[in-house]
Parts: sequence; structure tokens; C-alpha cells
Amino acid sequence: MATPRVLVLRAPGTNCDFETAHAFERAGAETQRIHINRILENPDLTKDFQILCIPGGFSYGDDVAAGRILANQMRNHLAEVMREFKASDKLLLGICNGFQVLIKSGILLDDNENGDPPATLCWNDHGRYEDRWVHLKTTSDKCVFLRGIDQIYLPIAHAEGRFVMAGEHVAASLQSCDQLALAYTTPAGDDATGFPDNPNGAELNVAGVCDTSGRVFGLMPHPERFIDGTQHPRWTREGLQAEGAGMAIFRNAVEYFA
Amino acid sequence: MVLWEVDIYPATGQVDRRSAEIVNDIVDLGLDAQVRVAAAHGYLLEGDLSKAEVQLLAAKLLSDHIVEKTVVAQVGDAVLNESPIGESSLVHVLPKPGVMDPVAMTALKGIQDSGVQATQVRTFSKYWLADVDPETVRVISEKILANDSIEQVIYGNLGLDRLEHGAAYEFELKIVAIRELTNDELENLSATGQLYLTLVEMQTIQQHFKDLDRDPTDIELESVAQTWSEHCSHKTLAGRIAYRDEHGERQFDNMLKETIFGATVQIREELGDDDWCVSVFKDNAGIVTFNDEFNVVFKVETHNHPSALEPYGGANTGIGGVIRDPMGTGLGAKPICNTNVFCFANPDTLLEDLPAGVLHPRRVMKGVVSGVRDYGNRMGIPTVNGALYFDDRYLGNPLVYAGNVGIIPCEMSFKEAHAGEWVVAIGGHTGRDGIHGATFSSAELTSDSESLSGGAVQIGNAITEKMVLDVLMEARDRGLYTCVTDCGAGGFASAVGEMGEELGVEVYLDKCPLKYDGLNYTEIWISEAQERMVFSVPDENWQEFHDLCASEGVSANIIGKFQDTGRLVLKYEDHVVGDLTMDFLHNGRPPVVRDAFYQPPVVTDIDFEGTSASASDDLLSILGSLNVASKEWVIRQYDHEVQAGSVIKPLVGISNDGPGDAAVIRPVLDSWRALTISCGMNPRYGDFDTYHMAASGIDEAIRNSVAVGANPDRIAILDNFCWGYTDRPETLGSLVRAALACYDMAVDLQTPFISGKDSLNNEFSSFNEAGEKQTISIPSTLLISAMGQVDDARTCVTMDFKESGNTIYLVGKTACELGGSHWTLVRNMTGGQVPQVDTSLSRPIFRAVHQAISTGLVRACHDLSEGGLAVGLAEMAFAGGLGANVDLANVETDGDFDGETELVTKLFSESNTRFVCEVEPGNQDAFEATMSGVVCKLLGTVGETEQLSVSRGDVVVVDLPIAELKEAWQSPLRW
Repeated sequence: MATPRVLVLRAPGTNCDFETAHAFERAGAETQRIHINRILENPDLTKDFQILCIPGGFSYGDDVAAGRILANQMRNHLAEVMREFKASDKLLLGICNGFQVLIKSGILLDDNENGDPPATLCWNDHGRYEDRWVHLKTTSDKCVFLRGIDQIYLPIAHAEGRFVMAGEHVAASLQSCDQLALAYTTPAGDDATGFPDNPNGAELNVAGVCDTSGRVFGLMPHPERFIDGTQHPRWTREGLQAEGAGMAIFRNAVEYFA
Repeated sequence: MVLWEVDIYPATGQVDRRSAEIVNDIVDLGLDAQVRVAAAHGYLLEGDLSKAEVQLLAAKLLSDHIVEKTVVAQVGDAVLNESPIGESSLVHVLPKPGVMDPVAMTALKGIQDSGVQATQVRTFSKYWLADVDPETVRVISEKILANDSIEQVIYGNLGLDRLEHGAAYEFELKIVAIRELTNDELENLSATGQLYLTLVEMQTIQQHFKDLDRDPTDIELESVAQTWSEHCSHKTLAGRIAYRDEHGERQFDNMLKETIFGATVQIREELGDDDWCVSVFKDNAGIVTFNDEFNVVFKVETHNHPSALEPYGGANTGIGGVIRDPMGTGLGAKPICNTNVFCFANPDTLLEDLPAGVLHPRRVMKGVVSGVRDYGNRMGIPTVNGALYFDDRYLGNPLVYAGNVGIIPCEMSFKEAHAGEWVVAIGGHTGRDGIHGATFSSAELTSDSESLSGGAVQIGNAITEKMVLDVLMEARDRGLYTCVTDCGAGGFASAVGEMGEELGVEVYLDKCPLKYDGLNYTEIWISEAQERMVFSVPDENWQEFHDLCASEGVSANIIGKFQDTGRLVLKYEDHVVGDLTMDFLHNGRPPVVRDAFYQPPVVTDIDFEGTSASASDDLLSILGSLNVASKEWVIRQYDHEVQAGSVIKPLVGISNDGPGDAAVIRPVLDSWRALTISCGMNPRYGDFDTYHMAASGIDEAIRNSVAVGANPDRIAILDNFCWGYTDRPETLGSLVRAALACYDMAVDLQTPFISGKDSLNNEFSSFNEAGEKQTISIPSTLLISAMGQVDDARTCVTMDFKESGNTIYLVGKTACELGGSHWTLVRNMTGGQVPQVDTSLSRPIFRAVHQAISTGLVRACHDLSEGGLAVGLAEMAFAGGLGANVDLANVETDGDFDGETELVTKLFSESNTRFVCEVEPGNQDAFEATMSGVVCKLLGTVGETEQLSVSRGDVVVVDLPIAELKEAWQSPLRW
């Protein structure tokens, strides 16, 4: 199997870069953590990599809005490079803050006629940062990262994770293109009907979205925080799993290049 | 130059969360609940900007078109005064000039990145209040919307035409004519100059300069005051103390050295080759061994006074500051988890009961939690452990303890600066913020503190610190520097002064990068501006060090040079503004000599007659008391899983919401070796005897760690004393007595203290309507923090009952120790014997429990503390979603009593060193064999039904559904 190279992008305030790189490495990839300033100096650096991952954290403090400053930097300076990256059968993953960046930069969903993203991630309904584990199900056949995953249990940890779309036409379009990839559910796997199953009030219980190709994926939950059995909140009562369910997402990414 | 305003409101159809929150706060404070509120946040942009440019920024950068709408105009434009909710009062809240405004700094970066040339940005909030009288608008503004110590309120129009800029500074050397001053004048200088030095100290300085035949400059005086401050030198506890109690008299030359440090020295000697301490009471944090590759470090600090005045900023910079301690330990440790303990008054305190100058405890609590959350989460450091403690004596003087654990490669645990190396400052720039924080922290809080010490209060910027951490780790691994320390209290004065203590140093104050113009040389030297670290960098590495910092946008500047002179020389441009010997600075302080005296209160008996009938109600009341009640509202606001090392989370059990005893993390992701973090504290016991309070706190911190699987022979502990005014012999006596317990416990349990800190003079004074001074002193509060180690994380256990049919054991002996208990608290009773620790029993118990857990014989383990056995069983039951059937007849008690005394004792006594263990029937024999040397009694079984049923023989004394128990426990702080 070819070993894909993963660029784990970091910016001031990124803070899940180590464990995200660790998860990719355990799945068999080679990783490099690279600062956004290096990419801005030399956008061609991205060409050496098959997977670009924007990990969680608080890029630029999430000041102004979560992910906004990094998203605008990428929009202002890296749009062309990102277009090429997407067009060359490569993978892009945004986790939590990375999802916020992907969606606000226009990389994940095409901008509307005003040049604005058609959807956003904004303040949780209850107005607070929240760390909790959530039940999720795959709701798209398209997403490369979710292949073979039906249901999955992962932690979220965010203040601005409520997925909101600019009108019903956006929802209809994303649904018809099979882009609403991951949804919050009840423990039994039914549609969530509110807090805490849907932890932030996301429209249509959306927890993750992919682009039309299924190769660009953003999600609010943190798969890199569940790659070992001991990370499960109830392993002491339910038994220690050989590995965490989040590994499947990283393995899917690596196996795409097999 | 034009000043533009961008107002951002929730879009039509979006919930106005900020307004809803304000209305909640108004209701909570008992103010006018009819008020309607609309809130906006916004930006003031200064620069040569066209309206089209500002509109584009508003739409593309500053707001979100899907959920927000904007109003853009020049300040003063009528469109900005159009209320969205009809006739209403307009209130603007802005950070005061010079106060850190991180969002504005980032916004400016974003604006410039878009190619627009704004020169300055400031954020603000804007509130419209309708259906409310002007007086209430003022109260709401002062109590909820703004904090006068960092923010300004503007009623009505903003009325600004430009943002403040610093004024240029013109150098002027200031000499303080100290030699001719009388004693009264010396004391006056100490007070008005916020030096907070005693007369004897002022006289010592006076004599020093008489000997030198000159007067000091202002910066020399300030340098001495910083270095000699209680905060930096711990002069009281490390001073000479004549102590007296019922056992007689004892003279200390250095109280801390002879008790707490002394215990560690003795333990290390006894351990010999097995000594696992690396560096204790020396560096910014204590260091112990972890595995072949890494050591671990731990430090806990307090940030009480700033948090009293500005809870958000105080707590924010408190956690920011303590994170820099491990970063500045050895050659720099990587922070891996945070711990936070807070003490507040009752959040339901009535507004009219607040003394002047005191913030409402609910506001203090919300602010403190938010401050810790925003800093810890942004730093990417999991907050894994903590506690909240409530007592009305914390009303004017809340306590905020913040701790940080770090990991460091073994070979990088020590550091040493050398002559000829550059003094390099990196990170945040220097402003007027935090001036006099070190000296202020040693002063008593009064109703005037807010106006007097506004400069001591700050807001942090976590991202600046995260950027510093990123380059620090890289520079460390490349070996670019020889020494590092953090800038905390005392600013450069402290950091550079300490690093150069053994050498000598010359400082170029004009080379320190400033946030704005206008700072004089002394302000630069003593500013406690946040997010700064100081390094010693050899000249040959300077360029690489500088370039590394620059590559990640971190400011790095040479501000001085270490020299082999033994002097501290301070320069501003070509002027020498200060020149002191390191010897006078660090060794010139006259010893503090204090009397201390302790008389334990007489033990009074509790009358148990008629108290046992209400056992069920008492249990529910204790579960619902604020100290015991669920802290889930707080815990979930902290990221406790970032860095992916989480093994045991703060909330455990079938619904992920039970109260875990200690957190467990794996700092190295490909190893199973783990750390436990726990704490122990019980200020109520201190009202009985501070010796037993301290002993109980140590026992509690250790047993919390042991309960999840820590090896009791590898637990390191930290002490943090928060006390009242220690100039009073009886107050200092109560502290010395606690320190004596620390010594005894540490030596007996072979549990070393590795670091500690004290915060004295925690009292609040105000004047009542009759003009009488009223003082509230905090209860003597000793926090013990424990860091334990686990060989294999996979052996850890949690406290929730796992399976019906499993057996329940009580380990440890129960005595009639209800003094200071939560049973007496909820029943409003006094008296009783405070819990004591018998280390001859506790050490074997810790070892036996650990042996049972590490060999897999225990399914659940919970330590017993507030509320005793009854509360422990209830918590295990509802956390596991399983009932229990327990018979108290088997509980082994220490003492000759029966009837109601016996029943209450068995249910609610808070005797130390006790655990409840759940054991599978098949493991009972092995478990009992393991516990054969200690008291361990079979009490019952985990139930088939969801009912907690406790009987004594044939008589059922508690029989409650676990749902009812859980609701009692969850509802009080479910905000």
C-alpha cells in the first residue's frame, strides 16, 4: 500500500495537531505539522501531500468568529492552491475548528452568488462551550472518510458548532447532492430531537458535511480523541475495546490511497 | 482620520442569546424583571477607510451573513442611535484604554490581511434597555453589563471621534529622597507608593542608601519592593516564627523549610536510591520522575485578589500565569492538564446583603468559570480536575486556585544562565497593565481596592501564550537557550532579577517592546503584562532563536545581558536609572519575625437524640448542598479531552455524569503509563482544628487518587495556603499548626510535597452605614493537590456501581467524627469531633486498596468524604444507574456508642481513609485476602432495583429511588 503523506496544518491557536497527526500515523500515514505561514510563503508545499487536515483548536483565538480569520487567510491567499488540491483526487479533512475553517473559507461548499458561504457554524443554542460525547450516524453514501461506518460515538468540544444553512434551497441542494454526511442521533440511532443528543441545535442534526466529490469532509466531533479504548467515557464499565471507533475515519483516509 | 462603527445584531429569526443571558442575570439579582433588552457587539475602526471598504469588512470579516446583520456608519451618525426595540436607553461598554482587547488585535490582523489599511480597532458592546427607569439602567450597567475595573460605560451616544493613542514619553529620572524621611514619612511612602513594605523594611532600605551616600531612584525602590513582596519572597512563612500551642513552644528560623520542605528532604533521604523527586521547591514548579524518558512537573497558584475585582480577567490571567510556570520550569515543560479549585460565597446571596465594593457571588462564579474556560480551552490544555467550595466568608474575598501539570524530557529538567548571554523577552508586549500586582496581592482588600488597584487587574490573551508555547518547545528541542523563566508577578523585575541572581545583569529598558507609547522606565520594569517569557540566549544562537519566533509571528527582543558583576544595572537609553547589588536585593531584607499562637477550640458534644429519624431527608439535603452537588454545569464548559490522553474523565458512570474521584490522563499517547490528578480541601474542619483540617485534606487528596488506581508510593502533593491576616498571632498560629500536620502526614505516608504557594491577608474590609469598619476573614483554607502515577492505565477503575449482584465492601474504620461535617452543616448544628487521621491505619489501607485495584479485583471504588458513607453509596448508585442493599450492622466503628449516635455515625461521619469497593462475587475471596491486614467489611450487594436501601439489622433507615437522589444532587447548580 502506498503511504499517503498528510499535511496537518497549524495556525496560531491550533491545539489538536499532535493527536490528529498521531491518529493518522497509527492508521499508516506519514504526517507533517506545518504552520500556515510556511504555506503562505510557499503554497507549492501542499503539492507534496495527498491529505490536508485542518485540526481542532482556536485558530487566531476564534476571535471575531470561530475559524474566520484563518478561513479568510485561505480565501484571500490560497484559494487557487486549494482548488488544485481538491481537483487532484486528494483528501481534505477539517475537524471542529478545521470544519469551521473549511466551511467559512469556501473550500467545502461553493459560495453563493454574493461570494458568501451558503452555510455556517455558529454559537451553540445554549450559548456555552460544551464537552460531551454524542451518538452519530452516517447519512451519506458519498463521504470517503465515513465508508463502512454506520453509527459512531465520539466527543464534541466546541462553542460554535451549530450548523445553519442560508435557506431551505441550500438544505435541498445539499440533501440532493448527498452532502449532509454525518448526523447527531439518539443513543438508539434515531434522529436527535434536541439537546443533549443534538448538542448545539444544528439544523437537520448536521454534525458533518462533505463536498460534492465526498473527498472533502468537515465534522464537529473529534475522531482523534477516540482511537484507544481508554478514551471511551465508560470503558471501565463496558469493557476495553481494542481500539477507538474514531480510527476508522483515519484508516478510510489512508486506504483511499491503497 | 475617520472613526467607523460596525454594530452587529442577531439576524431576524435568530435568538438574541446575549440579551436573554442579561435578562437572566437581571432576574437572578432580583432587579426589575420586566426590562426588555437588545444587545449588539461591534467594532470601532480607525483609519483612512471608505464606507464601501468598511461595509465589505463588516460583511465578509466581522459578521456572519447567515446569522447576523450589521449597521455600519461613522460614529455619531443617527442611524447608530436607532433602537431595535423602540424607546429605550442606550448603554455602550468599552474596554478602558490600555486594557487588553484580544479580539480587536485579531480583527486588525484580519483587516490588514484583506488589504485594507485600518490603523486601530477597538471592540465594544452596545445594549438597549427598554421599560426600565434610569436608576435601574445604571444598576444593571454597573452590576451586569460592565466592570468598572477594566471597562468604561458610556450612556447614550458614544461621543468619540478617535481612539486613544499613547502619548510620547519624555525621559525624566526620578530620585526618591528617602534618606531624610521620618518613620511616619517612610510608612506613608510605602502606602502611597503601593510598595506595601513594613517600616522595618523601609528603614533597611533607607540605611542601605545612607551607606551608599545617595538616594534611590524610583525604579530601585520598586525593584526592592517587588523582590521583597510577600508574593515573591514568602517572607512570613519562610520567616522566623515563635509558635506556641497546647504542646508548648517552638522556634522556627524558617517555618516552611522546617516543616513542609523539611518533610520532603527527610523522605528523599529515607528513599535513598529510590528517590523519585527531581527538583522540589526550587524552580517554578516541582519536578518528579515519570518514566525513562520524561519527568512530570506540577504547580498550583492562587489569583484571589484580581479575581475579586474582575472575576473573568483575574481567573483568566490566573490560569494563564500558572501555565507559564511549567513552561518556565527546567528548560520548559509541555503543559498537559489544568486543575482549578474555587471558593465562593453562596450564589443566592441577596443583592442587598452585599457590602459596598463587592461583586455578587453569582457574577464572580460565572466570571471565574468563563475566565478559566476561555484560557484553558484556547491553550489546548485539558482541564481535568477541580472543586468548588462555598462558604459565606468568601464573599469579599473569593479564592481562585489554578494548577498546571507539565511533562519534560528528563535531561531538560535543569537550567543555568551564563554571563555574556542575552536576556531575551518573547511574547506579549509591555503595557501599563498589571502594575503593582505583586505588591497588591499582599494587601488586604477593601471597598476601595477597585479604584486603587485598577492597574493590577488584567485580561489575558491565550493565543499569544499558545504561540509562545509553540516556539518555546521548538527552541528548547533545538537547544537554542540555556535558561527560561516566566514573567509573572513583578514582571521583568522579578523574572530578570531571579535569573540573574547568581550572576548579575544589565537591562536595556528602552528595548522592551511596548503596546503603546508613554510608559516610563519604571512602568516597563514592573509591568505584569501577560504572556511574556524571558530566556537566556547565547549570542551564537540569537539569530536562529529570533528567526524561529518571527516565523510564527512571535515577538522576540534582546532586553539585556547577563554579566558576571553581581549587580542589577537598569538602563534607559544612555542613562543608568538603577544600580543595585543582587546581594542587597535578594538577601538584604530584614527577617520577618512573628509570634504565632494556637489554642484549639474546646470539643463540644453533639446531642444526637432525635436526629436519626430524618436520615433520608438529611441524605437528600447533603446531596443538594452546594459543596457536594453536581458541578456538571462547570465541568462541561472545560475541554477535558484535548491532547487525547483522557483515561478517567471528571464525569463518570452510565450516563457520563457521576462524580469521579480523580482524573486520569496518559501524557504519552503510545504508552499506558498514566497520571492521576486529585485534590483535598475542607475549610470547615479548620474551624475546629487546622491540624486535622490539613491532615484530612492530605488524606482526601491521596485517597481520591488511590481510588482510581494510583500507586500510593508514587503520589506527590502540593500545598496552597490561603489565610487571613497573619500579623495576628492566632491567625498565623492556625497556619503553623496546619504546616505541622503537613510535615507529620508527609513523613508518615512517605508522600513528598514538591511545590507550594501561600496567599495571606485574605480579608475584606468595608464600612457599614454607621461608619464602622467591618472585616470578613476567609476561613483558613488549605488546598492539597495530588499527582499520582499508574503503571498501566488499563487497571484504573471508576466509582459507579457496575453490576447488580456484586458485593459492596467498606474499607477503613468509622469513628464518631461529625465535627465540621456536612451532616451538621445541613442541620445547622455545631460541635462534635473533627475527623482525624491515623497514619498507622491509612498507609496500609492505601496500599491494600491499590493492590486490589491493580490486580483487577475491584469493579468500582469511591472515597468517602463529605456526607460520609450515605453520600458515597448514593453517588455510586446513581452514577451506575443501579440500586444497592446495604446493612450497617457490619460497619466497624471506633468507639463505644449505640442507638442514634451509632446510626448517624455510620451513615454520615466523615472519618478519613475510607473507601467503598464493589467486588464481583467470584473475586470476594481474593479481595478479602488482599485486605486481610486492614479493616474491611462486607456491607451488602448492588441491587436488582433502582433503589438505595440501607438498613440496620431489620430496620430500614434509608430507602430512596436513585432517581430522587440524583435529582437532589443535580438540581442546585444546573444553571
